[in-house]
Amino acid sequence: MNKPINQSGWRPGTPMASEDAGAHPTVTGNKALMLEEPLIFEIGNAETTGVDLPQAKGDTASRLGSHARKGPIGLPGLSEPETVRHYTRLSRQNYAIDLGLFPLGSCTMKHNPRLNEKVARMPGFADVHPLQPVDTVRGALGVINELAHWLIELTGMHGVAMTPKAGAHGELCGILCIRAALEARGDAREVILVPESAHGTNPATAAFAGYKVEDIPANAEGRVDLEALKARLGPDVAGVMITNPNTCGLFERDMKAISDAVHAAGGFVYCDGANFNAIMGRVRPGDLGIDAMHINLHKTFSTPHGGGGPGSGPVVLSEALSPFGPLPFTAKMSDGIIQLVEEENASEHGHKQAFGRMTAFHGQMGMFTRALTYILSHGADGLRQASGDAVLNANYILRSLDDVLDAPFGKTGPCMHEALFGDAGFAEGMSTLDLAKGLIDEGFHPMTMYFPLVVHGAMLIEPTETESKAGIDQFVMAMRSLAERARAGDEALKTAPHHAPRARLDEAMAARKPRLAWSEPEVAPGSGNYEIPGAG
Amino acid sequence: MRYLPLTDTDRTAMLDTIGAPSVDALFADIAPAQYLGGPIEGLPLHATEMAVEKHMRALSQQNLAAGDAPFFCGAGAYRHHVPATVDHLIQRGEFLTAYTPYQPEIAQGTLQMLFEFQSQVARLYGCAVANASMYDGSTACWEAIVMAGRQTKRNRVLIDGGLHPHYVGVAQTMAKFTHAEIAYEPPVVEADAGEEALIARIDETTSCVVVQYPDIIGRVPDLARIAEAAHAAGALLIAVNTEPVALGALEAPGNLGADIVVGEGQSIGVGLQFGGPYLGLFAVRDSKLVRQMPGRLCGETVDADGKRGFVLTLSTREQHIRREKATSNICTNSGLCALAFSIHMTLLGEKGLNGLAAENHRLACLAADKLAAVPGIEVVNEVFFNEFTLRLPVESRPLVRALAEKGVLAGVSLGRLFPDADALANGLVVAVTETTNEADIDALCSALTEELA
Amino acid sequence: MARYFTEEHEWIEVDGDTATVGITDHAQEQLGDIVFVEVPEAGKELTKGGEAAVVESVKAASDVYAPIAGTVIEGNAALEGDPELVNTSPEADGWFFKMTIADKGELDGLMDAEGYKSFCDSL
Repeated sequence: MNKPINQSGWRPGTPMASEDAGAHPTVTGNKALMLEEPLIFEIGNAETTGVDLPQAKGDTASRLGSHARKGPIGLPGLSEPETVRHYTRLSRQNYAIDLGLFPLGSCTMKHNPRLNEKVARMPGFADVHPLQPVDTVRGALGVINELAHWLIELTGMHGVAMTPKAGAHGELCGILCIRAALEARGDAREVILVPESAHGTNPATAAFAGYKVEDIPANAEGRVDLEALKARLGPDVAGVMITNPNTCGLFERDMKAISDAVHAAGGFVYCDGANFNAIMGRVRPGDLGIDAMHINLHKTFSTPHGGGGPGSGPVVLSEALSPFGPLPFTAKMSDGIIQLVEEENASEHGHKQAFGRMTAFHGQMGMFTRALTYILSHGADGLRQASGDAVLNANYILRSLDDVLDAPFGKTGPCMHEALFGDAGFAEGMSTLDLAKGLIDEGFHPMTMYFPLVVHGAMLIEPTETESKAGIDQFVMAMRSLAERARAGDEALKTAPHHAPRARLDEAMAARKPRLAWSEPEVAPGSGNYEIPGAG
Repeated sequence: MRYLPLTDTDRTAMLDTIGAPSVDALFADIAPAQYLGGPIEGLPLHATEMAVEKHMRALSQQNLAAGDAPFFCGAGAYRHHVPATVDHLIQRGEFLTAYTPYQPEIAQGTLQMLFEFQSQVARLYGCAVANASMYDGSTACWEAIVMAGRQTKRNRVLIDGGLHPHYVGVAQTMAKFTHAEIAYEPPVVEADAGEEALIARIDETTSCVVVQYPDIIGRVPDLARIAEAAHAAGALLIAVNTEPVALGALEAPGNLGADIVVGEGQSIGVGLQFGGPYLGLFAVRDSKLVRQMPGRLCGETVDADGKRGFVLTLSTREQHIRREKATSNICTNSGLCALAFSIHMTLLGEKGLNGLAAENHRLACLAADKLAAVPGIEVVNEVFFNEFTLRLPVESRPLVRALAEKGVLAGVSLGRLFPDADALANGLVVAVTETTNEADIDALCSALTEELA
Repeated sequence: MARYFTEEHEWIEVDGDTATVGITDHAQEQLGDIVFVEVPEAGKELTKGGEAAVVESVKAASDVYAPIAGTVIEGNAALEGDPELVNTSPEADGWFFKMTIADKGELDGLMDAEGYKSFCDSL
């Protein structure tokens, strides 16, 4: 199973990789600041280490018994300077918020303040064990409680489950609360209603929790069809999962009426909080009758996405659902002391109906410190200003582009924090993907594409509040140019990007012959272009 | 507000373009009865960077940092030295502020890193394929149980008593909703890891056997023997590892026949952080199981110019395409923690990991010998890596609190981990890593001697 | 031998008491690059309209339904290693599975080649 490390000495980037360098080939394949970087398995070896360990003093008899490892693991090591260079070079092949506008609809890629990072690294937060005696971690419990207080106040809800590790985990938490509440009253319901425009995680979550999923119909203006929903409600419906603002970028005007109807039919309302950034400080979900909503701290409250996580997804709960929230959680006692409620003391704190435990420890503490820092920096006024600017920026983009791009739901009024366009009007053969890849060449990250499914060739653009007007004007200029090219059928767009570290990648090859871990290449050193074995 | 670039002049100009009289007008779809006309009352207003830092520092100082005391806590989270290079590199904005690499042309940095990470984890675990990470060890463990159910089409899950009780708790919680049937008894505190009794409970309805390696008591179960029995009954063996440093010294679970290997990667590169974010590791021994795996996967391919590149692949298993038929509802992985793990592992390399494991084991052996000499204390384990269990003459939980008041973080009491099991109340799990020195060990011994006198 | 088509874009070719099932050229075109096919095992009981196989492209995963009821005789093992056969030869080498025919009457509701062509044109 374990193969030796880089026995052949082969590595990419040596002369053979340079022939596509256009008019000015280089022998290394590098192009000035754009440096090709081999894998650690191609440059590291088993003898090198970048860590100096203490010199062992004395000797003790091994207690590993018969379990000691017999062969090598096959892990390459690099010295510290090589390590720094490897990852620095890799980092430069990434787009990031720190580089430019990241208009990913429903992802809320806003600026990540560095004070958050500084605070999270304070030893009292970063270097604390989750199972230390409670008296030694009062400040950590204080952070959880203070953040919980803000989330409750901002949403007008009754309680909050802090442990879910990301948005989808939060969704699951909310749905499990609903299920536990229904079971507690002996009410077995089987169906969760989800709009067609929902994030794919919604139906996946409901199914994972054992529910049958049915679609909620939408009306012509991109909102939930209230009458159709009412007609479907009944004693078999456990609840609905709604995104508000919805994935078309619109506020569900009928939200309160939807909640009232669901409640009247004995069900609960789950709200996907992915788009809370649009309404923070403008309306409280609790006032709209929502029973549970996850909050993506990595979206709304600026904790970094880190190339795909970690996230954090606390779930605010209505009074009806709060008793069922998972353990552990924190609660402020009448004497002002913040108590950690775990399995052993759940009953004495009136929480014996908790549906259980979703994760080993107390949730994403490192995200809590960052989110609280962000919230305290903004304050109630700053958060309200942030949602206002986010919505202003999105509407500015909507109105700056709706003469060159089709905006199917943009005619009837303002959007919330994201602007939705479709591909109507593009020349035959031109797609949303082509326009998006063209955007890469213009120095922007593509927008969310082909989502929501209800709009053909959807482009969902969320600028967030942390973009300047000058930055947005430049983005609009690029989008207008690309829209014209897509309408005119500019063939060069079909092969974009032309200036990225890589051209379009062959995803079919990756999926047909999955190569998911490094192994020794089947070519001799220096024998020519590298080919993936079996890729033919 | 320092994070908001728009000026009032900008806002006026933009409202003109939009044709709206005010920002509030853009929220016209919210009914007036529910619309908030100003900042929510009773909450503080915006604050300077200095003021926020001061507030947060005050909170942080109410905690006793592990580095400020003789420290012996483990039980699923371990304090190891993380080289400064790791923290520097993960704070590069191109890693820190990047999104999930769905646009591979401008995300090769993250993608190549994930490919390297998957390769490192697969090798460490003795497996063919590892995914791009999950939330943490406990959720990875549950996902493995779900996957085993899909694969074997059976629903009885046999969990060894040595599995971390919080991991058991997560599985029990989720099983309530998915109708998996969980068979679990808390551990018996003795040197024998109990393989015989576990094997006797495997039958033809068993979907999987879940065994922690090393276990919560610090023992090292004989995985090969359990694997053989599980496979004979058509069940899968899921091995769970909460201390990856141990695999620098112990045989890899995949090499011993575990079919799915999952674990917590926090020890390498991530830091304690009061429990999160951590790093779920997930790997399968046989690449045939890949399509049943949850989570993101990064794979190698070529671009239109024939250059090697990496993409997220096999995404049809995931929720954004399969919706209610997805293998898992998980959307986010633990990307930045995976990066920290991968950088730290690259710095260590084979040589460094072996050395680190040896140093952990040496200090743990030293600590066990010294603690065994404290009157009234018995070391339960014969075999262990860097963590072992003490049997005390008194309940361990109040003792741990008393020692904390003396400034010694003595370990994790089994009483806290198993509040309902009286038989475990006198057990104390002690972890020793390279960050522990002999003076710390002596401090623990004398504090215990004093307290037990 | 007679070939029939469904509105779910499967084809079914009847040969005596058995039939071969696959997806149409139109379907593979819509799906794009096929990367994985999961065919049913021999002996699996199929119901008319029930899920029988899964086909995945880079961007989509679709269920393939049984056009009629019956028992699977054989899945096309070649698709495991070469899923792209569904792209290159959807209505011949890229077949999905062979099955018995429980009730020939169920074939009556299906389209012939001409009917399917006008069905696709109407989409």
